[in-house]
Amino acid sequence: MRLHHSIPLLRIVPDDTKFDFMRFRRISFPVSAALSILAIFLYFFHGLNFGIDFVGGTLIEVQSKSGPADLAKMRATLSGLSLGDVQLQEFGGPTNVLIRVAQQPGGEQAQQVAINKVREALGNEVDYRRVEVVGPRVSSELLAKSTIGLGLAIFGILIYLWFRFEWQFSLGAMIANVHDLVLTIGYMSLTQIDFDLSSIAALLTILGYSLNDTVVIYDRIREMLRRYKRMSMPDLLNISVNSTLSRSIITHVTVTLALLALLLFGGHAIHSFVATMIFGVVLVGTYTSVFIAAPILIYLGVGTTRMEAEDSAAKGKASTTQS
Amino acid sequence: MLYISKWKATAILLTALVCCLFAVPNFFPESTVKRWPEWAQRHIVLGLDLQGGSHILLEVDANDVRRQKLLALQDDVRRVLREARIGLTRAPVIRGSSVEVAIRENDLQQGLAKLRELAQPLGGFVGSTGARSIDIENVGGGVARLTPTEPALLERIRQAVDQSVEILGRRVNAMGLVEPSIQRQGNDRILVQVPGLGDPQQLLEILGKTAKLTFRLVDTSMPVEQALQGRPPPESEIVYGSEAERSQPYLLEKRVIVSGDELTDAQPGFDQRTSEPIVTFKFNTSGARKFAQVTQENVGRPFAIVLDDKVISAPVIREPILGGSGQISGNFTVESANNLAILLRAGALPAKLTVIEQRVVGAGLGQDSIEKGKLASYFGAALVVVFMIVTYGLFGVFASIAVAVNVGMIFGILSLLNATLTLPGIIGIVLTIGIAVDSNVLIYERIREEVRTGRTPITAIDAGFTRALATILDSNITTFIAAAVLFFFGSGPVRGFAVTLGIGIVTTVFTAFTLTRLIVAWWVRWARPRQLAIS
Repeated sequence: MRLHHSIPLLRIVPDDTKFDFMRFRRISFPVSAALSILAIFLYFFHGLNFGIDFVGGTLIEVQSKSGPADLAKMRATLSGLSLGDVQLQEFGGPTNVLIRVAQQPGGEQAQQVAINKVREALGNEVDYRRVEVVGPRVSSELLAKSTIGLGLAIFGILIYLWFRFEWQFSLGAMIANVHDLVLTIGYMSLTQIDFDLSSIAALLTILGYSLNDTVVIYDRIREMLRRYKRMSMPDLLNISVNSTLSRSIITHVTVTLALLALLLFGGHAIHSFVATMIFGVVLVGTYTSVFIAAPILIYLGVGTTRMEAEDSAAKGKASTTQS
Repeated sequence: MLYISKWKATAILLTALVCCLFAVPNFFPESTVKRWPEWAQRHIVLGLDLQGGSHILLEVDANDVRRQKLLALQDDVRRVLREARIGLTRAPVIRGSSVEVAIRENDLQQGLAKLRELAQPLGGFVGSTGARSIDIENVGGGVARLTPTEPALLERIRQAVDQSVEILGRRVNAMGLVEPSIQRQGNDRILVQVPGLGDPQQLLEILGKTAKLTFRLVDTSMPVEQALQGRPPPESEIVYGSEAERSQPYLLEKRVIVSGDELTDAQPGFDQRTSEPIVTFKFNTSGARKFAQVTQENVGRPFAIVLDDKVISAPVIREPILGGSGQISGNFTVESANNLAILLRAGALPAKLTVIEQRVVGAGLGQDSIEKGKLASYFGAALVVVFMIVTYGLFGVFASIAVAVNVGMIFGILSLLNATLTLPGIIGIVLTIGIAVDSNVLIYERIREEVRTGRTPITAIDAGFTRALATILDSNITTFIAAAVLFFFGSGPVRGFAVTLGIGIVTTVFTAFTLTRLIVAWWVRWARPRQLAIS
């Protein structure tokens, strides 16, 4: 074997794995159902930590000019302004402070008044790295737009899959993906990560990539359905998942590496975005395509009509040759 | 699959090369690029979150537009009926969102006919929808009610936005800001973006002022205190002074002598005697004539200079002002005098504007984000490349080449579109690096499977490509749908993410279908493998 033909270095997944993934559905389905219910429960009773994009208000990132910021002193100064709920937190380093001022009653103009008060109170001791003021009108619009956007994305993908596959696949992928989104929202509620515009971007990306994975497996299932006309559905699904297993794992490693680089070096500003993506794409997405999206096809009736159709087609063929 | 004709190979390489070349201007300083031919100057624009800057979204106050429209309508009604000598039992008044006027019984039909002439058809000459600008109804008891229609108000708001964009443009330019962008957004909004402006306090002050300036006589027929307690004379009203004037009340005539739109110039300066900051101004000819006449007739009386319903100063006319120029002194600071001069030169806004969103990023944070984004990109790329080479050996090198070309093409296409790169956009690129290799993984894994079924290397590679490409297309289209939705529904920086993600998907599919195939085809021809083992 000449060197440039083959450089076998690392084999991550051995050839011809034969895991019985479909047997796990008796565990994975109840577990997923329970987790989904938990996530919905969290959403309604623990809630999301909505950022100013969706509830309005003011966000200010300041950097102290002289050494570490004195959070306690700043908190005392700002709470004396009677601006309602004012939150301060260290942000990515001891000199940086993130200040959140709740939406002020009294419409759009009141937000501007609030920010001027804060500026006056903090004076010249800090540099303003970022100031964001979102009024009540814009925030409610952004929320509506984002909700419509998510819905439309799910719908658009549903339609596309319906065109490319049979409806059972489309439905299966949707169930799997709504499951992904629900779990990710549960995660966001649990960790109280800021839920803002970039979270919507994260959710849509998770949706896209989780589907990407599901589609790869479904493509294989479809191919197997054509090739092995008489194999039982669980066996066929097992072969399909096993034969794409190596790809699934390698791809997830590369995506994880890219996300890890972003998490470690991308800075504090994108931290919550990347953390959400890692949860959604790496943890949930992979699990879903193997343990939910594939086995659910058994229940959606893929392949049951197949054998009958094949049988009658075969009979038809036989009769024509006879005659 | 593996046979690629020469001209096809050339076309593939040329496409990739040209795309990458479009990225070149980004690596040279702007001054150098300026000297290049126009088509080569396209480059990526850094978003406000990366270069620092202010993003301010303003909305035209619909209530203000409605109020003005009603005031104008009230005037029209009064004028039309007077000209037609129609007897009124009650003068026109504004009630809610309508103007009501009571007409004497025997003049009613004629009066209504005259009022109907006020209603204009909307929509110009073509495409007239039959809608009119005013609804007129006879509510009984001789009372006519005129209501501006909703389409007419929307039309007026649209016009107000157009005028405001122009006026704001003049104001912002007068402030000497670099590359400001002022655009209409939707029907009633204006987006002002100023790169590099980390402290928008002055800008906000300049943008938020209507700057409606009027010169009016002070009504001395009654002391202000009495007017405050009782009823001011019908032709006068109470106007309060600005904060610099200690919010003192004044009784002013409603009649305007001259208004700000008759100014031709305004400049900040200093009073020669007191060396206090002032604003000097010049009227146009008709303004100068009116002002001369009034000041001649009213020597010794005070008049007021009113800005946005606040008296900024109320000097006494010592002598007739005939030259058409004058000065305003009103406890200004150097900065506020300068701001007022800018406002007066640019003109008054047709309606009040309210800031409904403000996002400001300091230059320091922007620079930090760029550096961290770069670092994350390098590490992400390095990790992925090392992993691919460890896993797939030579084929991993092929995949890395494809990814490198991919990133080059993303930058090239972004430049070609003059697209905006934001921090989420950088995330999109790093993610693409992670995802782009997926197409290679799909192809390689497929080839491996085909080898295991006992095919010869060449047929295995051929079959691997054919089968994997269908999957690549399917799986990428779903992600592309998500990116497209994000583009149309996202705003600001998030949109930048959608752009890089979307372009990344397109280039990924392109390289998988063409470049990767080409490289593998060349390798097969050169190495003629009898056995194949990808990893």
